[in-house]
Amino acid sequence: MSVLLIVLPIALVLAGIGVWACVWAVRSGQYDDTDTPQLRILKDE
Amino acid sequence: MALPLASPISGFAPETAAAPRVLGAGQAAKPLACSHCSAPVGCSPIRIEDSVFCCAGCQTAHALSTELRSACPVAKRATPASGSSQYDYFDDPAFLKPIVRIDSSGLSHATLSLRGMRCASCVWTVEEMPRKVPGVIEARVDFRRGRVALTWSSDEVKLSAIAQRLADLGYTPAPLGHTTDESANRAEDRRQMARLAVAGACAGNAMLLAVALYAGVFDGMAPEFVAIFRWASLFVTIGSLAWPGQVFFRSAWTALRARSINLDGPIALALLAGGAWSIYSTIIGKGEIYFDSVSVLIFALLVGRYIQHRQQRWAADSVELLFTLTPGVAHRVIPGDGAQNSRTERVPVLSLVTGDVVEVLPGDSIPVDGVVVDGESSIDQSLLTGESQPRTHHAGDEVFAGSVNLSGVIRIRTLASGASTRIGKLMELVQEASGRRARIVRFADRVGGVFMTLMLIVAALTFLVWLPLGLAHAIETAVAVLVVTCPCALGLATPLAFTIVIGRAARRGILIKGGDAVQHLSGTGVLYLDKTGTLTHGTMNVVGWTGPDHLRAIVAHLESNSTHPVGRALAAISDSTCQPDTLAITNVQHLPGRGVTANYHNDTLRIGSPTYILSEYVTCGPEFAAFAQQHASEGLTPVLIAIGQTVVAAAAIGDTLRPNAPATVARLQSLGWDCRIISGDDERAVAAAAKQCGIATFQGGLNPEQKLAIIDRSRQEATTVMVGDGVNDSAALAAADVGIAVHGGAQASLAAADLYLSRPGLTPLLEVVLASRRTLCVVKLALASSVIYNLVAGTIAVTGHMNPIIAALVMPLSSITSLSLCVAVRSFGKVPKGGVE
Repeated sequence: MSVLLIVLPIALVLAGIGVWACVWAVRSGQYDDTDTPQLRILKDE
Repeated sequence: MALPLASPISGFAPETAAAPRVLGAGQAAKPLACSHCSAPVGCSPIRIEDSVFCCAGCQTAHALSTELRSACPVAKRATPASGSSQYDYFDDPAFLKPIVRIDSSGLSHATLSLRGMRCASCVWTVEEMPRKVPGVIEARVDFRRGRVALTWSSDEVKLSAIAQRLADLGYTPAPLGHTTDESANRAEDRRQMARLAVAGACAGNAMLLAVALYAGVFDGMAPEFVAIFRWASLFVTIGSLAWPGQVFFRSAWTALRARSINLDGPIALALLAGGAWSIYSTIIGKGEIYFDSVSVLIFALLVGRYIQHRQQRWAADSVELLFTLTPGVAHRVIPGDGAQNSRTERVPVLSLVTGDVVEVLPGDSIPVDGVVVDGESSIDQSLLTGESQPRTHHAGDEVFAGSVNLSGVIRIRTLASGASTRIGKLMELVQEASGRRARIVRFADRVGGVFMTLMLIVAALTFLVWLPLGLAHAIETAVAVLVVTCPCALGLATPLAFTIVIGRAARRGILIKGGDAVQHLSGTGVLYLDKTGTLTHGTMNVVGWTGPDHLRAIVAHLESNSTHPVGRALAAISDSTCQPDTLAITNVQHLPGRGVTANYHNDTLRIGSPTYILSEYVTCGPEFAAFAQQHASEGLTPVLIAIGQTVVAAAAIGDTLRPNAPATVARLQSLGWDCRIISGDDERAVAAAAKQCGIATFQGGLNPEQKLAIIDRSRQEATTVMVGDGVNDSAALAAADVGIAVHGGAQASLAAADLYLSRPGLTPLLEVVLASRRTLCVVKLALASSVIYNLVAGTIAVTGHMNPIIAALVMPLSSITSLSLCVAVRSFGKVPKGGVE
């Protein structure tokens, strides 16, 4: 069980990365308009 | 992407991504690319006109998507530009300066309001503009708010050309209302979302770590692991307290400095106490920790606030739309020229001043308040007065901004422009009223405040009581009380209940702007109804006829092209069995304000109001006179038909009451609403409708300002609800405690009103009143259950039996119960099958 000493901090770091990514996405405006993207299905990418 | 195709016969290579294989002469052509999926076309390609497909699937998909793209009914209706552009004023520097931003590479950015987008095809059409209009780099649509963000190169294309192009496609571009600070709002929205994300992550991780700790409670856990988990929980919770939790601390601190306590005070105290005690316990290695409860509390409360914030944001957006109602450009007569042939110049409406003479063409909206100096025309004043009948205006008559010029060219000398016009003042009132409404203190906040203060006192008392038995134990017990009794449910259940009922109402065609409207509607008070369209059908119908039946067909034929409401009613008068002898009818003339004349079998046939007919020296028999008299006294419009010099038939035109109106009014009255009628329509018609519905207090012939005065007076005595036209009655609707808009466009109506009923009649009104009552029941139930749980948990905590496991369990349990209640109770009855009355 002493592996917890390694695993727990890693888990927290991963969680931190996830949170950072989420906040980055919000700050770069990706969540400003969540209604229009679903209407862009006809776009040819 | 559709690629340029090559004809296999000529052998030119298409510009494909695949490396072209050079083949010898006479051999098969280079591989073609499918027009739809761009893969190389195999051995059995399908060719349709200019396109080639690799398989039937691609062919069908391509046909479908092409069809969908051009399927939008808005775009189909679009007509190409005629004559000069009406968007020239978009290039005026005064107009551009506040709305255009130039970035570092020289490109211009601006956001315009764009109305008329309804579907995915519309979004695609607008966003494809960069490919169709050279110079436009990007066009990004915000569908829900009806806007488009444009990026263009001002050297290659002008904004007016882009606007014209959008108009050609069938949409209406307009400048945005200049009321909101966009970037500040956007930053605040993003901050809220980011806070929620962090709080959620911390709460989730804290709970997981707490589960690990609980797992070791019964069978024991090696102390070093207990320590690891406790320290990890501390670390995670500090993340939650340090940033998302600051919201509560800052708010409580601000209130404290102003020597008052708001709802955030007790919450901040609980967070501080719980957090500080848990940190202390972790450091010294023994004692209870409450990290999971603290993190979950922060997250749950932030969720509640986020829901409320989004609702308020949507409400604020609606107000902006009112500013697109008056025109942006006017034709100013260039002063100094001769009166008859003076030229006009296009100027932005904002630049007009008192004394300017403007020329208004038929079909245009009048841009200013003023006096007619030249010309005669019929003007539709429905935006201001609610009168559905257009009236003729001559030189010397006053006209108002926002009304529509119908028939002739007129010139107006400006008396007031911009914000000082009558409609400008109305808009200001609307703004004021909607701002006022947002600050109403919520019922749950008040209850929550009382409750939490109580619990603070209890916690303090607990501390004092346990003090003799030891300081550590006393502190621990007091902290337990504080943490456990924090009302997650109070913060969440009320906004959630309102959000749910608003969502359900929207699915039934009732758009509600905010929860306070629901709260008001659940009580009792005074309900001011509109007559036309709500109590009545809202369309003019022929209610009575006396005279020979064959004349009905002739009357219908003569009025078939009429745009006047009375004429349209008459156009529907005939039954199809009788064919009019149309060859006998010649020389049809429509006389505005008077009636219709024609030659019928060498006699003059006249249809018109009694005033007109009698002024033409026509004799009216006693039975027709009595008919006209009787119906006029009921508020209907009599119409006489005369051939030669005698009246031969008469009709009565009016608006019929909806069949279920009296019953619905009775039901509303039984629920405690004092129903009254205020209407802009004729006093006698209103009286007749009131009598039929059993309404004692009524008033007709009112203009919007009079209605506003009545509402203001009524508000001081009781909760006032008003039902009216979304745009005409905007000031009164905004002033009422609850403004309910019917008719008109949804978005413009919601600018002033709290509710918009898209289905006509009184039934949706009754539905929403009943749903509001049920919702308030649910809210009260949720609050009650929250109180019960907190009392039980508080008792356990006060008596010292509370340990963190129970605390962590009880809090979410009470929340879940309250939330389930909100969702489970059916706000509305079953959806009515088919249509309405």
